[in-house]
Amino acid sequence: MVSFVAQRALKGVIVLLAIVVLNFFLIRLAPGDPAVVMAGEAGASDQVFVKQLREKFGLDKPLPEQLFIYVKGVVTLDLGFSFRQQAPVAKLIGERLPATLLLTLTAFAISLMLGVLFGTFAARFAGTFLDTAITVFALIFYAMPIFWVALMGILLFSVTMDWLPSFGYETVGANLTGVAHALDVGAHLIMPAMTLGLFFMATYTRMTRASMLEVKRLDFVKTARAKGLSDAVIQRRHVLRNALLPVVTLAGVHSGTLIGGAVITETVFAWPGIGRLMYDALLQRDYNLLLGVFVICSAMVLIFNLITDLVYRLVDPRIEFAS
Amino acid sequence: MPKRVLLGALLACGLTASALAQEPRTGGVINAVIQPEPPGLMLAQVQNGPTQMVSGNIFEGLLRYSPKLEPLPELAESWSVSEDAKTYTFKLKKGVTWHDGKPFTAADVLFSMEMLKQTHARARTNLAQVDKIETPDDYTVVFTLKQPFGPFLGIFEVGSMPMVPKHLYEGTDWKTNPYNNAPVGTGPFMFKEWQKGSFIRLVKNPNYHEKGKPYLDEIYWQIIPDAAARSVAYETGKVDVLPGGSVENFDVPRLSKLKDTCVTGAGWEFFSPLAWLWLNNRQGPLADKRVRQAIMYAIDRDFAKDVIWNGLGKVATGPSASTIRFYTDDVPKYPYDPAKAKALLKEAGYKGEKIRLLPLAYGETWQRWGEAVKQNLQDVGMNIETIATDVAGGNQKIGDWDYDIAFTYLYQYGDPALGVGRNYISSNIAKGQVFNNVEGYSNPEIDKLFADGATATPDSKRKEIYDKAQKILVEDVPVAWMLELQFPTITRCKVKNLITTGIGVNDGFKDAWLDK
Repeated sequence: MVSFVAQRALKGVIVLLAIVVLNFFLIRLAPGDPAVVMAGEAGASDQVFVKQLREKFGLDKPLPEQLFIYVKGVVTLDLGFSFRQQAPVAKLIGERLPATLLLTLTAFAISLMLGVLFGTFAARFAGTFLDTAITVFALIFYAMPIFWVALMGILLFSVTMDWLPSFGYETVGANLTGVAHALDVGAHLIMPAMTLGLFFMATYTRMTRASMLEVKRLDFVKTARAKGLSDAVIQRRHVLRNALLPVVTLAGVHSGTLIGGAVITETVFAWPGIGRLMYDALLQRDYNLLLGVFVICSAMVLIFNLITDLVYRLVDPRIEFAS
Repeated sequence: MPKRVLLGALLACGLTASALAQEPRTGGVINAVIQPEPPGLMLAQVQNGPTQMVSGNIFEGLLRYSPKLEPLPELAESWSVSEDAKTYTFKLKKGVTWHDGKPFTAADVLFSMEMLKQTHARARTNLAQVDKIETPDDYTVVFTLKQPFGPFLGIFEVGSMPMVPKHLYEGTDWKTNPYNNAPVGTGPFMFKEWQKGSFIRLVKNPNYHEKGKPYLDEIYWQIIPDAAARSVAYETGKVDVLPGGSVENFDVPRLSKLKDTCVTGAGWEFFSPLAWLWLNNRQGPLADKRVRQAIMYAIDRDFAKDVIWNGLGKVATGPSASTIRFYTDDVPKYPYDPAKAKALLKEAGYKGEKIRLLPLAYGETWQRWGEAVKQNLQDVGMNIETIATDVAGGNQKIGDWDYDIAFTYLYQYGDPALGVGRNYISSNIAKGQVFNNVEGYSNPEIDKLFADGATATPDSKRKEIYDKAQKILVEDVPVAWMLELQFPTITRCKVKNLITTGIGVNDGFKDAWLDK
């Protein structure tokens, strides 16, 4: 297993470097650069000033040289400096990463747990009203855009009922500590995490349901039944466990899309995560910061996928690690 | 002998008397919205709008400006101008300290000028008029100009010329100086905390040089990226101040009707934002003046004002906003007249060539405006193709002259020599640059008028020159002027004296106080 993880980590580093190089060029395909944005904000510009800015940002150097400087930095774990925000990229991302991890992991847990639970019920009661109700419920959240669900949630739970805060990570100015602070953050987390989680829940529900129905028809389930095992044990130990493999695969794939969804959720709920940081960096053509966020997001996806592979083994002991 | 000595203190008293009808109360916290999150707070290096809104509380300039754009004292307590209008002497206020306790002196002013020349595009342009700066003593600064420059006293507000602490920046790498993220100024509020993505917290400066001010204990600038969420934050009482432009215009009437809510359009006199369409004068049908005039007749600007901007603002008459100096409405008029537009297009021989329109990616209001203008132009037979882009991409296209029609709005900074001429003089045609003469209009007479207008004395002579320039420009239609924009500031009515100058919420909250 150790050699498997090491091998995957090495491949991950290579993939990461490829992503850096690809993104480096992709970002520069977009028209406009930080110097143009900054000169624009000053409400005035002259050639000398813009040239000075480009020199300051190192944008006057040939692209391959800029790439070399950047890759050299990444290899030595230096993500560079954000000239827009006048701070090291690693520091900027470090400030925002915990909030994104809290949001995405909570949303991930919500979507996976509710999705598998609902999917199991839908499969167990396939063809009944409960099955239809669960499927429709899941599809509604999947079909509605995240920002719409978010806004409706705010209208209902913040404006009308005044149950939950409408924005932010914590109550600004309350200076809470300890348990009170954790509860406060929790209250702020409910709506964004549910919004993001319910969207992804639908696919887990559908996947679990379909997979369980398929497994249920297999011979070993009949054998289990013939052995006289109770229905609950058959469903839990034999059907669900075997049906979970595609769900785990999907979860690995979702690790990347969750971060994409977090951009919108973080924007609507003013959640101070890297999704929003990435969006602002893109608008401001903050190349180093944008690349830095991409590197971190890619690394996260690679780590999630490695974890997925390890979970395969736990779910199905027949799977062996190729070394 | 000085030609005139402006007793700024008296003007300040006048302002105070009118603005402070009630006795201010001390204490309290204001929660205000800031949008988007500023990239930095070091005003000398970042000139982004939100940066000024927050940092206008931390930093100060030598002067402020009244709603009528008269100079008021800030760090300079008085000033005088020589007979030949080339020497400006500022007497600095004594007893002013930086937030770290060090005294503010003329050396800081001198250092700030050197830094701004390298970091602040607009200050750099304005300071190009200066031949030398001298500091005969710690509290006197003398600017000697190369030639008289009419608007010189108008370039010293905090956003245009912020003062920088020499002792913290001299000899350092400015771009990586740690004080960029924990700024130290002389202003009424001190930087305390910035939780990126959440809020910026400023606290009262107990040693502020205006006794008794500021009245507030703290300001929280809340960062809420989504426009609808900002409206909700106000509705649910989480914020008390929505500075101009914080919410979409279509939300303003609804929010204005909420209980204990006050709305004002004041505080934009200095900036006087004017919206127009860049028209690429170089190529295609728009090279013909008659086509450009047709565009002016074809667009229903009253509709834009009444429907898209919810009645806020004013239809523009020409290159100057009515709030800046030397404005005249004695210019040719372009009422909404589609028939006349069609006739002009026919006369110009327009055959339905495709015209690319770049809307401004500043949110829903601008998107809707882009659609309305497209429809107006299509109604008179123009073949319009909308090009979608973000702000940076749009700026690049405009700077590279790769457009036909493009939305913009720019500040005018109170004087045509500062914020109008730059868009029409031919020496400002430079590819790759934004916000200069990107339309490619070239008229030697206009060049001369703006050159003369900047240096002429007295003001009556300047007015004569600018009246003439405005007439010529409106006749030639180098760009299509749309609206004088108004960005209403929405507050709880208990927030008093938030806006007392022509710089508005960008001037800091030192006069603001909370009732009850």
